[in-house]
Amino acid sequence: MSETKEIIISSDKIHTDQYLVNMGPQHPSTHGVLRLLVRLEGEIVHHIQPHVGYIHSGIEKMCESLSYPQVIHLTDRMDYLSAHMNNEAVCLCVENALQVEVPDRVKYIRTIMDELTRLASHQLWWCVMGMDLGALTTFFYGLRDREHILDIFEETCGARMTLNYSVPGGVMFDIHPNFQKRVKEFITEFRKKLPEYDELLTGNVIFQERTNDIGYLSLEDAIAWGVTGPSGRGSGFSCDVRKHNPYSAYPLVQFEEKLDTKGDSFARYRLRIEEMHESLHIIEQLIDNIPEGDYAVKMKGVVKLPEGEFYQRVESARGEFGVYIVSDGKKNPYRVKFRSPGFSNLFALNKMAAGHKIADLVAIMSTLDLVIPDIDR
Amino acid sequence: MGFNIYDFSGMTHNMHLWFLERMSPTATTIVEWTVIGVSYMLFVALFGLFLVYAERKVCAAFQQRLGPMRVGLWGLLQTIADFIKLLMKELIMPKSADKFLYNLAPFIVMIATFLAMAVLPFAKGLQTLDFDIGIFYVTAVSSVGVIGILLAGWSSNNKYSLIGAMRSGAQILSYELSVSLSLVTIIILAGSMQLSVVVESQRDWWFLFKGHISSVIAFVIFLIAGTAETNRGPFDLAEAESELTAGFHTEYSGIKFAFFFLAEYINMFIVAAMATTVFLGGWMPLHFGQLESFNHVMDFIPPLVWFFMKVCGVIFLIMWFKWTFPRLRVDQILTLEWKYLLPINLVNILLMCLVVLTKFHL
Repeated sequence: MSETKEIIISSDKIHTDQYLVNMGPQHPSTHGVLRLLVRLEGEIVHHIQPHVGYIHSGIEKMCESLSYPQVIHLTDRMDYLSAHMNNEAVCLCVENALQVEVPDRVKYIRTIMDELTRLASHQLWWCVMGMDLGALTTFFYGLRDREHILDIFEETCGARMTLNYSVPGGVMFDIHPNFQKRVKEFITEFRKKLPEYDELLTGNVIFQERTNDIGYLSLEDAIAWGVTGPSGRGSGFSCDVRKHNPYSAYPLVQFEEKLDTKGDSFARYRLRIEEMHESLHIIEQLIDNIPEGDYAVKMKGVVKLPEGEFYQRVESARGEFGVYIVSDGKKNPYRVKFRSPGFSNLFALNKMAAGHKIADLVAIMSTLDLVIPDIDR
Repeated sequence: MGFNIYDFSGMTHNMHLWFLERMSPTATTIVEWTVIGVSYMLFVALFGLFLVYAERKVCAAFQQRLGPMRVGLWGLLQTIADFIKLLMKELIMPKSADKFLYNLAPFIVMIATFLAMAVLPFAKGLQTLDFDIGIFYVTAVSSVGVIGILLAGWSSNNKYSLIGAMRSGAQILSYELSVSLSLVTIIILAGSMQLSVVVESQRDWWFLFKGHISSVIAFVIFLIAGTAETNRGPFDLAEAESELTAGFHTEYSGIKFAFFFLAEYINMFIVAAMATTVFLGGWMPLHFGQLESFNHVMDFIPPLVWFFMKVCGVIFLIMWFKWTFPRLRVDQILTLEWKYLLPINLVNILLMCLVVLTKFHL
C-alpha cells in the first residue's frame, strides 16, 4: 500500500481538478464538532485543513472568575473521557504550589481511578474505531464492558463519567466499601473479554488491510508536531509522563512503556490495546495494598495560591495533558491555560493522511482518538 | 381449485381455465398479468417487511441485545410502524437537483428488482417466466439497477452522493463479472440455462455436492460477489454511514428512500434465491442420490417450504457477514475482484469443464 504515497497528477491525458469537500461539523465520524476542509482529487486526499472552535466554551476564561475547586469541576468537561486525569492535574498543580503533601491513601486512590478512567476511555475508543471502519458490532462489545467501570465510578464518586472526585488536598469522599471487591471482579472479567477484542478486530484481515501502512508518522514528525500519548508512542516517541515525570502512586508501580517504531495506524491501534493490558496490571498491583489513613488533608476554606506560575503535566488517555496556572495571590487564578493533547495530535493529521484516500482519513482519525471539546475547550 | 401444496401447476392451470371460461383470451391475459403483478408487489412488500425485522433481530443477537421489542409482540409491528413513518415524511428535494432524474432513480432500481424476481422458481409449478436463457436473463436484468444508483448520485447535486454513486457503480460493474462466471460454472454442470431444468436436474444431488470442489468454490465466490452486488456487508462503502452519511441516497427522504431501502433488501433476497436455485437445489428437497427411504422422508416437506428455508439460511449468512466484518476500502474491493476472484473463477471454470468431461461428479 505504500504506492499510494506518491501523488501522480495525470496532466497530459485527462485534466482532473481538485475539489474541496467539507467534512462538516455534523459528521458521524469526526467524534464531535470538527470541521475538516479536505482538498480531494478523485478519492485521494491532498490537503486537510481542520477548523476548530465549534464547541469552544471559553473554559479558560471562565476559570479566571472561579475558585480553584470550581476550576476542577470545569476540567471534567474538556476531555470528558479522561475526566479524572484532568481533575488530578489541577489538584496536583495546586498542591505543589501550596507545598501540601497528600497522604499515601489518596495517591493510591487517585492512581487507581486514573487507570480505570484510562481503561474506560480506551474501551470507548475501541468501540468507535470498529464502528468507523464498518464493524458495527464492536460498538456494543466495548460499551458492554465499559458499563462495569461506570457502575464502579457511580458507586464511589456519584457520577459515571465527569467524576469531579479529586479536590486539592485529597479526594472528596472515601472509597465505597464495595470498591475493592468490585474492581477485582472487573479485572478478572475484563481479562477474559480482552481476547475477544483481538478476535473480532485485531486479527481480522480486512481490518489489517485497512490499517497497515496507513497514516505513517515518523519519529521526527511526532516530536516536531508534539504528538504525545499512544499516537506518539506508535511512532517511537517515548513520551509517557507516568515514566518521565511520575506523580501520585506511579513511582511505586511496575509497568512498561510500550513503544512501536512502525508509526502506522495499526501500530497506534495495537499500542492502545496493550495499554489496556498494562492498566489492568497497574490496578492489580495497587488494589490490594491501599494504605489506611485519611482521604484528604485539611485545607484552608479558601484556596489561595502564592504569586507565580505553576505547571503540572499528567498522562491522560490521549497524551500529555498540562495545566499552567498564573496566580497573583488572589483566590481566583489570573490565567489558566490547558495544554491539550488533542490539539497537537489533530494538526499532525495533514502529515499523516495526505496521499491516502477518504476512507483512510476516517481510519487515521479514529486511531488518533480525538475528543473535540478537549481541542476547543 | 386443485390446491396441492406439493405441486402448484394444477392450481395455476385451473385458474387459467376459469378465466378463459368467463372472458376473451386478451382479457384473460390482462387479468392474469394484473393478478401476478399485484401478488409480486404484495410479496415484495411483505417479505421486505419480514427481512427488515429479521435483520434488526439478527443484528441485535450478534450485538448481545434484544432489538425491537416494544411495538407489537416482540416488536413484530416495528417495520410497519417504520414504513408508515416513511410514508408520512416530507419529500425534500434539493433545489438544484435534476428533477426528472431525481424522481426516476428509485423507480429504476425497483424495476430491476422486479424484473429479476420474475424468473425465480419458488416451488414446483410456481414460476412466472421460464426462459431458456433464465440465468443469463437474471444477470442481465440486475445490471439495470446500476443505472438507478448512478442517476441517484448524479441528480442529487451533492458531492458526497456523487462519490458514493461512483464507488458503487465501479463496484457493481466489477462484481457482475464474478457473479456471471460463477453461474457459468453451474451452467456447464447443468447443461442448460433454463432455471426449471437447472432445478429438476438437482433431483439426485444438489449441485453444491454434485460438483464437489468446483461447485463449492463457485458457491463461495457467488456469495462474496452477490453481497458486493447488493452493496451490502463488508462492501457497503457506497452507503458508508461513517464516511459519507448515506452515499448515493443522502438526499432522498420518505417514500423514495423507502424504495432504495426495500430494493436493497429484495436484491439480497434475489441473490439468496439465485444461490439457492443454482447451488442448493431450489425447491428440491435434500436427496442423497439413490437413498430411497431418506429421499422419501425429505419429500414430506413441501417444496415451497424447502425453498424459503434455504433462502433464509443464505440470507442469515449474508447478514452474519455484515455485522461481523469491517468495511473494505474501494480500491481493496476492486483489487479483490480483479486480482483474486476473477482468476480463481476462470481457473474454476476450467476445473468444472474437466470434471464434466471426465464425468468425475456424483
